[in-house]
Amino acid sequence: MTRPRLTKVHAALALAALGALVLSGCVAKSEVANADALTVTSTDSTCDVSAASATSGTLTFAVSNTGSQISEFYLLAEDGLRIIGEVENIAPGAERTLTVVAQPGQYKTLCKPGMVGEGVGRADFSVTGGTVAATGDDAEQKQKAVDLYAAFVKDQVEQLVPAVDAFTTAYESGEDDEARAQFPKVRAFYERIEPVAESLGDLDPRIDYREVDAVAEGLDWTGFHRIEKDLWVPKKDALNADGETPAWQDWAPSTTEERATYGDKLIADVGELNDYVHSEEFQKALDAQGVAGISNGAIALLDEVATGKISGEEDWWSGTDLSDFAANVEGSKMAFSLVQDFAAAAGSDGKKLSTEIARRYDDLDAALAAHGSLDEGFVAYKTLTEDDKREFTDLINALAEPLSRLTSTVLK
Amino acid sequence: MSTEESSPEEAARPSLSRRGLFGLAAGVGAAGLALGAGAGSAVGVAVGRERAEQEGAASVHPFFGTHQAGITTPMQDHLHFASFDMMEGTSRDDLRSLLTDWSYAAARITQGLQVSATGAVGGSPEAPPDDTGEALGLPASGLTITIGFGPTLFETEDGKDRYGIASQRPRGLAKLPAFLGDDLAPDASNGDLCIQACADDPQVAVHAVRNLSRIAFGRARLRWSQLGFGKTSKTTAAQATPRNLFGFKDGTANILADDTAALADHVWVGGTDEPAWLAGGSYLVARKVAMLIETWDRVRLSEQQRIIGRDKSEGAPLSGGKETTAPDFRTKDAAGSPAIDHASHVRLAHPDLNGGIRILRRGYNYVDGNTGLGRLDAGLFFLSYQRSPDQFVTLQRALSTDLMNEYVRHIASGIWVIPPGAKSGSFVGAGLFG
Repeated sequence: MTRPRLTKVHAALALAALGALVLSGCVAKSEVANADALTVTSTDSTCDVSAASATSGTLTFAVSNTGSQISEFYLLAEDGLRIIGEVENIAPGAERTLTVVAQPGQYKTLCKPGMVGEGVGRADFSVTGGTVAATGDDAEQKQKAVDLYAAFVKDQVEQLVPAVDAFTTAYESGEDDEARAQFPKVRAFYERIEPVAESLGDLDPRIDYREVDAVAEGLDWTGFHRIEKDLWVPKKDALNADGETPAWQDWAPSTTEERATYGDKLIADVGELNDYVHSEEFQKALDAQGVAGISNGAIALLDEVATGKISGEEDWWSGTDLSDFAANVEGSKMAFSLVQDFAAAAGSDGKKLSTEIARRYDDLDAALAAHGSLDEGFVAYKTLTEDDKREFTDLINALAEPLSRLTSTVLK
Repeated sequence: MSTEESSPEEAARPSLSRRGLFGLAAGVGAAGLALGAGAGSAVGVAVGRERAEQEGAASVHPFFGTHQAGITTPMQDHLHFASFDMMEGTSRDDLRSLLTDWSYAAARITQGLQVSATGAVGGSPEAPPDDTGEALGLPASGLTITIGFGPTLFETEDGKDRYGIASQRPRGLAKLPAFLGDDLAPDASNGDLCIQACADDPQVAVHAVRNLSRIAFGRARLRWSQLGFGKTSKTTAAQATPRNLFGFKDGTANILADDTAALADHVWVGGTDEPAWLAGGSYLVARKVAMLIETWDRVRLSEQQRIIGRDKSEGAPLSGGKETTAPDFRTKDAAGSPAIDHASHVRLAHPDLNGGIRILRRGYNYVDGNTGLGRLDAGLFFLSYQRSPDQFVTLQRALSTDLMNEYVRHIASGIWVIPPGAKSGSFVGAGLFG
């Protein structure tokens, strides 16, 4: 999360970052008459694709929903994060088509019945053959990027909802070990799309404020960090993140009733976020900003890392800052990947910039990998040496400088 | 040897303000640089020494030339010194491009221009400005940028030649030996590269280091930096001898910019010295010398003067005369003792006691706030230029019995080779890349 004084700035950046509804899968069928036809059957627990590979070029996936809930179908990049294409709002009994221009590579397919969670039937999908040229004019390409970013945000929030549900259940029922184990993983879904939540007035304060921020603004302190402090109860003589206020001043571990209140509140707030990212308002905001919004979102997420995560003040009690750090970087990289081609097409300078940014993400990823992973967990922030922090700072500087020129480049 | 060397006073000329040039900058960046390069010979003595001194804020020094600026240039009032390390995994091309980019930006900002043609407000509103902007509207303020290469740039301490330049390493360029009383902080010492930014306006010096650091991101990282205020030496006869934080005049016998023979003998690496690419360059030594201010301030005046070897009022040697009188170490006082104590600073550092060795000093006072004990965290950021590091080593060893040592602590140290000045349009260190 962001310190209060930064919220306004980030709200502006995030507005610059978001928006669109009509999703990519909706290219008219007639355009792809000659494409390879693949069929997908989505049930409540499976996601069967008619083939596990295809030749590069325009692919169509005809997705039938034979389950009992509204479903979605995703084609993801090999990292399982970046969305190549998706089609949503497939009613039970209905069929919709996803059309994508697929480059050679490894992908994953999955369906998401009920529109929340990590999906079902996740399977490998490979594309062979040569590289193909993108189709459609520049405006269409850019709208597609915006749509994919919207899909990414929605996907993350859809996974956040059940994850928060499980996390708060553990917390409310006193299974603290379980809740502590889930904490960094649940937050990752939020941290990947943080600027979106921050564009929403009081939603981020309710979900993600630290105690010192809530006190400074005179707000009731709720959300992840309130729960964090209950799960990692500070010593009696510990100090808060401001290095000054005693940890136990105006604070005591939550009672069972209070835990129920805070847990349910987080569920409600995350639900509100989910409603927002599925609303027309969100899509309009994204559309209005176009690709510049995506690019600025990539920059804003890296700013989050530089200002909050590298200083270890975000997850003061749990020390799980590196997980937030990694998720911010993943979200930033995802946004960059959507506009990378536009930058690369902007002359030799644009190509150089795009190449450099990609290389700097790799450097930062490699440094993070030396300390853990989102799946396996990261080392506690306090175990980082000054040299480690210095290395991260240098790598962030090295990435953030060229990244700061991305927006003006993609707009060329 | 340096007929092409522009005398710093002569180079001083009325200011080109950043604001004044701003509207033209996009079109005349190159012209501005060319102007800077030629200014040394074009501007006559009409802009006299006195005026240069008075109008320090308005003076402009060429970046390109036989020697780098910032050595014999009339000492400006403020310093921002920065040491950098190359980032891991950087290539020879990265080093070359960094030096090219630094030189280009330095050539502009020393002329009162912004770091690029679009500068602080002339670029795309969708991109952060190239120039950080805090020097908009300020004159060049005598800014000089001096770039140096540390021993580790040529070869890391474990013997790696990262940039294919180890064979061109000057033989004399090595980490300084340990001296008696050293208490050095490794994190604030040494470094692959250094930048000395001097200006008469501290904001202009800070703007320089800030922007050059930013240009370096991804290639070199700031290792440590030091702000200095109040020069502690003079480099021209027209400048009054300034005082250091001990309250004494410092730099009375410094090598001056117009003493061409002394510069050739003691400061510039000669054409017959090794290696050839360094001819016209120099060696820079930096020492952060903390002063035990509170203790010093309680020392009685006569003792302070005995320690220094000069009188506090005029700066005259205790053997008599005025500030510029040469000290006479044979003179006895009324009691028959040497008028200038054998262990005084002025005697131990004097060329007569050191085989004629001289160095060009260019240090600044510093105050880094206070220590945890409530003492001023202050002292002298010593900078000296010499033809060979041996000169500094000899003098520093001679000072091992200096009475002043009781009141100072050397807490940081560094050495760099200073390449000759860049030719117009080229970059500092081009000689390394053949």
